Amino acid sequence: MFLNALLTGLTLGGVYALVAMGLTIQYGVSRMMNLAYGEFLIAAAFVVFVMFTNFGISPYLLAIVVVPVAFVISWLVYRFMLTPLARRARSAVALELDSLLLTFGLLFVIMGAMLLIFGGNFTSYSYLSIPVRVFDVTLSANRVISFAAAVIVGIAAYFLLMRTRVGTALRAVAVDPVGAQLVGIDTRWAAGIAFGIGGAIAALGGTLVSTYLTFTAEMGVSFTMKALIVVIMAGVGHAPGALVAGLALGIVEAFVAAYLDPGLTVAVLYAVFLATLIVRPTGIFGRVAR
Amino acid sequence: MTKQSAFPYVAVIVATALLALLPYVIGSFGLSFAIATLNFAVVATAWGMFCGPTRYISLASVVFFGAGSYTVAVLGDYVSWPLLLLIAAFVGAAIALIVGLATLRLEGIYFVIFTFGLSEMIRQLATWYEFNITESVGRYVFLDITQEQIYWQLLVLLALLLIGGTVLARSRLGFALRVIGGDEMVARHFGLNPTIAKLCLFMLSSMVIAVAGAIMAPRWTYIDPAIAFNPTLSFQVVIMALLGGMHRIYGPLLGALLMSALFEALGSQFPHAFALLLGLVFIVIVYLLPNGIVGRVEQALARVRNGRADASALVEQRS
Repeated sequence: MFLNALLTGLTLGGVYALVAMGLTIQYGVSRMMNLAYGEFLIAAAFVVFVMFTNFGISPYLLAIVVVPVAFVISWLVYRFMLTPLARRARSAVALELDSLLLTFGLLFVIMGAMLLIFGGNFTSYSYLSIPVRVFDVTLSANRVISFAAAVIVGIAAYFLLMRTRVGTALRAVAVDPVGAQLVGIDTRWAAGIAFGIGGAIAALGGTLVSTYLTFTAEMGVSFTMKALIVVIMAGVGHAPGALVAGLALGIVEAFVAAYLDPGLTVAVLYAVFLATLIVRPTGIFGRVAR
Repeated sequence: MTKQSAFPYVAVIVATALLALLPYVIGSFGLSFAIATLNFAVVATAWGMFCGPTRYISLASVVFFGAGSYTVAVLGDYVSWPLLLLIAAFVGAAIALIVGLATLRLEGIYFVIFTFGLSEMIRQLATWYEFNITESVGRYVFLDITQEQIYWQLLVLLALLLIGGTVLARSRLGFALRVIGGDEMVARHFGLNPTIAKLCLFMLSSMVIAVAGAIMAPRWTYIDPAIAFNPTLSFQVVIMALLGGMHRIYGPLLGALLMSALFEALGSQFPHAFALLLGLVFIVIVYLLPNGIVGRVEQALARVRNGRADASALVEQRS
């Protein structure tokens, strides 16, 4: 049972880590919290579901199309919905609040549209649910593949951030927007790229979880919430921290479900989050002063 | 900064007295709409009382509202009604104290996120408790309270809230809170203690919301965690306060009146598109009414006044 919970937690945590990394890139660079983040994930899951059940295309192949489209849509959201707010804002705090409220409205728009199109029912489909034995534990193949994909993309995104010119520019904006402008980085451009990357990662996460998780049109909020918990626990803008915290969160969730009660997972996650906020408001890996 | 005119108090008392006669005029359908509107007005005003001056956006109104409702559902058979309301107020303040101590020294955005998830956690905990410990999900509220009585109680609560809010805005604490909302660092240098001031206000506002939840409980007769802790309430309240403008005590009230009329019209016309419409209204408000209707009107008035001042200055120059 211990090993079972650990492996289930790891596969779940892999996706959490990936999704949280997307959000932390978005928020860290643009300084705008995207509360509609989880809706992008669920929207991708629905698109994959429709394409798979109607045309039988493999979800993993679909990701090749869904992910770039999500990048473009997220970039458009930043460019046409959020930059007008940035131009209007008098202070950083006012901008944060405005963007929060706007993406909150966007959350309802996307969720409402999905409710109208797909209804409020639980949706799932079966793809690659073949049992695989890993260390004496039986897992389904789709979970294992999703975890592997999450790890690969997570590592790729990490190298993109740490080793490339674009990644360095993004990190520079995250650390100091004014300083980044002084060395010739266009912060709006960087924030647009960051939003696109975040949206693409969310769509990938949605594609991966749709193969083994039952989802509804109203579930985006819970993914946003979990990603936010990971982002804040890790320290805002700290991508490697988000990976570690995401994995930890998945494992905690699996252990609570296995040993305590499946109904208490959200409550326990939240208690952990609360404890972190009180002890270290800047996150476990965050710097003390921002 | 202090205009000590008695006009607001008189206006509130006269309006309350007139509105108290409303149940005799409108039918049962009108009364149920009036109760829903008043409920929104109370919660939105209480929300604005805390969030307006401090600029903390709380998405946890329903936590306090639901706590009030549950107080009635659990203790309704054992305790007299006035005592129930008192207990509800106490429960609301106690939760606010715990939540506030933990979160009010955080930056604004963390507070929003925290409250965003708090209602979810409370609802899950309540469902889990009811399912596993009491082994029945719902509870029945059979109390001898008529719809008219609910209406009058909400009306009195709103009147008290408006008068209290005006007194507060004119007091030293109200001024201190505006300074804190403007710039917390400056407030600290003035020797104010932002955390204590915010905590007091948060408890007051939460108390009122909990009492509103308690008053509304007999209206449902059956409540379960999904009804009492329905997160939509928190979002609706934020929209209302933003639409009206939360820097004035009557802003959220105005927003509540307009939005509950809109919800009523839209909800019956397009029941399936409710979330979509809610979101669109939210986006429109953020773009077009950043300081709410009250802010827009004040801006227009200021422009007219300035225009007149400019014109008269011009006339004086010429003559």
